[in-house]
Amino acid sequence: MSTTASRWAWLIAPLLAAVLLFASVLPARAVEIQRIVSPMGIEAWLVEVDEVPVISMSFGFRGGTTQDEPGHEGTAFLTSYLLDEGAGDRDSQTFQGLLADAAVELRFRAGYDTFTGSMRTTVGNADLAFELLADALNQPRFDQDAIDRMRAALTSEIRRRVANPGWLSTRAYYDLALGDHPYSRSSRGTPATLPTIDRAVLQSFVDRTFAKDNLVIGVAGSIDAETLGQVLDHVFGGLPDQSTLREVPELSLAGAGQTILVEREGPQSTLTMTQHGIERSDPDIYAASVMNYILGGGSFGSRLTDEVRVNRGLTYGISTGLSHLRQADFYGVDSDLSNENVAEAIEVIRQQWRSMAEDGPTQMEVDDAITYLTGSFPLQFSSTENVARILLAMQLYDLGFDYLDLYTNRISSVTREDVARVAGELLDEPALTTVVVGSPDVEALAPDTIIPYDSLVNRELAIN
Amino acid sequence: MKNFGAAMVLGTGLLLSVPTAASDDVQRLFDLDSFTLDNGLEVVVIENHTAPIVTHMIWYRVGAADEPPGQSGIAHFLEHMMFKGTTTDPDRDFSEEISRQGGNDNAFTSWDYTAYHQTVAVERLPIVMALEADRMRNLALDPAEVLTERDVIIEERRQRTDSSPSARLGEQMAAARYRNHPYGIPIIGWEHEMETLSIEQLADFYDTWYAPNNAIVVISGDITAEEARPLVEAAYGDIEARPVPERVRPSEPPVDAVTTISLSDPTVNQPQWRRIYRVPSYSSTDSNEPYALQVMAEVLGGTTTSPLYRSLVLEQQLATSAGAFYSGDNRDYGRLFLFASPAPETDLATLEQALDDLVAEFLSEGPDPDDVAAAKRRLTTAATYARDGFFEPARIVGAALSNGESLEAIEEWPLRIAAVTAEETLDVAIGYLRPENGLTGYLLPESVSEIAQ
Repeated sequence: MSTTASRWAWLIAPLLAAVLLFASVLPARAVEIQRIVSPMGIEAWLVEVDEVPVISMSFGFRGGTTQDEPGHEGTAFLTSYLLDEGAGDRDSQTFQGLLADAAVELRFRAGYDTFTGSMRTTVGNADLAFELLADALNQPRFDQDAIDRMRAALTSEIRRRVANPGWLSTRAYYDLALGDHPYSRSSRGTPATLPTIDRAVLQSFVDRTFAKDNLVIGVAGSIDAETLGQVLDHVFGGLPDQSTLREVPELSLAGAGQTILVEREGPQSTLTMTQHGIERSDPDIYAASVMNYILGGGSFGSRLTDEVRVNRGLTYGISTGLSHLRQADFYGVDSDLSNENVAEAIEVIRQQWRSMAEDGPTQMEVDDAITYLTGSFPLQFSSTENVARILLAMQLYDLGFDYLDLYTNRISSVTREDVARVAGELLDEPALTTVVVGSPDVEALAPDTIIPYDSLVNRELAIN
Repeated sequence: MKNFGAAMVLGTGLLLSVPTAASDDVQRLFDLDSFTLDNGLEVVVIENHTAPIVTHMIWYRVGAADEPPGQSGIAHFLEHMMFKGTTTDPDRDFSEEISRQGGNDNAFTSWDYTAYHQTVAVERLPIVMALEADRMRNLALDPAEVLTERDVIIEERRQRTDSSPSARLGEQMAAARYRNHPYGIPIIGWEHEMETLSIEQLADFYDTWYAPNNAIVVISGDITAEEARPLVEAAYGDIEARPVPERVRPSEPPVDAVTTISLSDPTVNQPQWRRIYRVPSYSSTDSNEPYALQVMAEVLGGTTTSPLYRSLVLEQQLATSAGAFYSGDNRDYGRLFLFASPAPETDLATLEQALDDLVAEFLSEGPDPDDVAAAKRRLTTAATYARDGFFEPARIVGAALSNGESLEAIEEWPLRIAAVTAEETLDVAIGYLRPENGLTGYLLPESVSEIAQ
């Protein structure tokens, strides 16, 4: 590594900046995580990788689109579009020009519960990259012309997305299952709400959300602990200590057992079936992960891929997944398939759901799942970007510093009986909420509700 | 996530398109080791000791553009069937087997190559290669499985293409773009031909092209060439070479008609404008033109500080996004793309006129030399990122070698980008950004029958 003091000249921090608390080592010499605490007390998790002269940083603030003020939906999203559109004394073109010339990759993303960012730079351009990042977070300009331009870009994206079957499916499901919970709002905003978001609204979101008490950071690449400690103070040290987050209410899913059809022209339907899930912090999450792999998470070899794709040729792909929001957990399956195949696929899925709940998996299925889940786990550590992202996720989701070590052990110790028990407790076939977007045989589907395509699209695009 | 180019994703990714550079000391892209087995199998090793992982890929020099007439989709169909059993183990599911090794795998088919890849812990590499070698020579095609899998690829076509107006426009533009060369035929196939593909056709295609002397193995990860060589020999060494036909690719006639393609669909709420110019690819010429085209596209529309975005989005506010990129990773022809998403009050005719004016101005004034220097710095700096990982380096190397590029050309890509002059950039712009060399596409809502109201 070739960092020198001069490249970090902007910092006035004391020498022994970073304190290495302890390290966690993955089996098979995979990665070593260091926990860094900067002179100002800002913590980051670091994996040093000297193979390429590149540094990747991922960071996140708890509090995402759920923090949008009612009536100003889209605020977090628009913020994510605007942070690199001018900061400090640099306007949009100057800021973008510096990023581009140094090939610095800087991205921001507004999720439901988190606002995250990532940056990748070559070591040679790192001081400029961190300076730009610091300005973006601490002194975003929110110039009017940039707001207008990004609002237009976001509106254009919304117009493109609303016809997407996946979007329509999620919209219909959230309307039914989440009611008027903040998760159910249009996270990108709408053509009606975006014009209400002005500089003051954006700045207020930043002031409430970007703070040290809800910040987590992951870094991977060619940077040492001490240098990183100084970077942390420079980039994040100026943020307020405390965030002021809106309370996100608890939530229970409505609409169990219902079937919704969203009418949309086209040769295929998008099918999703969703039920309540399991919390990430639940001790049974490991057995649930093994169960999911066997039922439909594992692509080839999973029961659903075998039954729906390999044996019947009904689809190109079908998969299940456990997903988590801070206040809600889901377990679901999705597949795109020809309209005439929908009814048969639903029947097969229901059967497989019941059979796994009643009989559990075989010992061989459990063995194969454990082999795959433990064996493939280290494969994610394939680039500095991926490693930084994993370090971020471990902290955002409170998985613990020793998660990488424990994951393998916990998955390995899952037994067939564990999986059978968790399958019996979790899987609830009658509770599946079915959403079909497409033109399937209505009689065979027998939906409880039929939603015309235009009504969803027009509602979303209405200007009021 | 914000992505000013999000409006369009067309065809395969850009080979070497993203990538980067150091300022004064531009470096070679990779340090590659290679060797060739006696049966003609080429092997490339890209060392990366970040983690005890390897990505193993095998690339066959055959793709959709090598299909017999009337059998569109057979190359991709065969790719699917390669995951079924072999005569050694008829019940094997290849991907399940890789999962049991704790690995991930997949495959992809292009017009020019078919590639299979696995990522595993480095100690599992011999097992993976044994499985790959087995399906190179012992594929067992089961009649019932062929019929079921044919339904799967038709579903895949419906999902990827038929359900997406944007993808349908892309398919129609390619068909119109290539009047004689098979790049006009979709990789996935035309549905009416896919429905007729047979087990005999699959077997013929496999027997014709799947041979060690028509393949390249790329290993990227925690291993040296010295360590890899005996493992590769053990897995693939005793497969016999066989004669493989020349690849016959009809070439394109000159074009003298300005062509536009328009697609309307009720699910389009946001119109799009795009244009494709036919240009050389990296492997279709020995000249410097592909490098100049890469730089020219970056200057004209690679970023939000480029003339395209500045003029159309910032100044005239006719579009919400606009840009350009070069795709040079096909064997016989490259493509230069321009794209724009119109602002709500803008019709496509107005937008197109503004684009044409801007291109004309670019041609008459030439690129700003400072912009050319910045674009080269950006491309060569970003090339550093191409080394940050296991998969991407192997993909870049495999694709380039499959198309007949040399190892040296791959390694020296950043140096050759750095050597491009402003004059060369202008030369390729003048040479290729001619109206009759471009094909323009419109994606429109159904209610709009003309591009101007």
